[in-house]
Amino acid sequence: MKRYFPLFTTIAFITLLALGIWSGEVPVVWHKAVTVCLSCIGIG
Amino acid sequence: MERLRRKSQYIFTLLANAYWLFPWKSPIYQGPLKKICFPGLNCHSCPAASMSCPLGAFQNLLATLRPSIQMGQLHIGAYVLGSLGLIGSVAGRMPCGWICPFGLLQKWLFLLPVPKFSFWRPLRRGPYLFLIVFVVLLPLLVVDSLGYGSVWFCKYVCPAGTLEAGIPLLSLDQGLRSAAGWLFAYKFIVLILLLTWCSFTSRPFCRAICPLGAIYGLFNRVSWLRLRFHPDRCVQCKACLTICPTDVSFYNGLDDLNSAACIRCLRCFSICPSNAVSLEFGPVREDISKAVNTLEV
Repeated sequence: MKRYFPLFTTIAFITLLALGIWSGEVPVVWHKAVTVCLSCIGIG
Repeated sequence: MERLRRKSQYIFTLLANAYWLFPWKSPIYQGPLKKICFPGLNCHSCPAASMSCPLGAFQNLLATLRPSIQMGQLHIGAYVLGSLGLIGSVAGRMPCGWICPFGLLQKWLFLLPVPKFSFWRPLRRGPYLFLIVFVVLLPLLVVDSLGYGSVWFCKYVCPAGTLEAGIPLLSLDQGLRSAAGWLFAYKFIVLILLLTWCSFTSRPFCRAICPLGAIYGLFNRVSWLRLRFHPDRCVQCKACLTICPTDVSFYNGLDDLNSAACIRCLRCFSICPSNAVSLEFGPVREDISKAVNTLEV
């Protein structure tokens, strides 16, 4: 069973990635990344 | 191999920071590439950043989970975890050694001619602590009256944000500069302390703090790409331990060669004079763990 862990994990995370895209997370990630994060730069 | 790795680190650092129009156009890149999570630690608020930071994106999704549920959406960070898990399942922690710009910076700092100190091994658990507490629990659980949380790791720990985004943006913008207060001062001190530590100890951020490395490290034993130790060929010369940036001591059975601490720089593979380390790509071989157990006995 352990032998096929790489295959299981790859399939599981491709599924998770697809789920994230399908649920509309990509525009949220983009929106946060194109706005200056005040917390990251130490202001707010 | 080492030359190839160095080139890879430089190329990916440039790719992750490819927007050089920030002094004349928008202060940060706002194009479609920011939909993609860069596989290393690179703050997406850096003026030159061309992709998003997976840790920042994941914390943001968790910090806004409650409002997103109220709006009928379930944004649990599946896109970010899927991206990281896919890379981890193929190569394990290899992005730490081959791609991460902050890893490259740590390598440069360790070249400084100052006394060198070994890393205190119990701190190896640190990345999991930062991952669970600062990246997952605090953004998820500590919320305001509207249900919004904060990006705790970015706000209170991440040195990449201060170095790549805070300092350049504050240098360029008078308004931001005047708004900087105790938080920026605190982050600046954290940055200086960490950079100083990096010059005395090899890759301390990767080994004691980095939550991204903690995620990738979980895959080291079960990724398609793995390292394999052949104890029967080992001549105990310790060349692998001497050259390892994270002190993975596998030649004597103290660590597993594919332990989460290994950043897959492949320097042990290159330097071993008796070819006791090999690379594998494929299903996990059952005899790997047995070989380690035999050594421990």
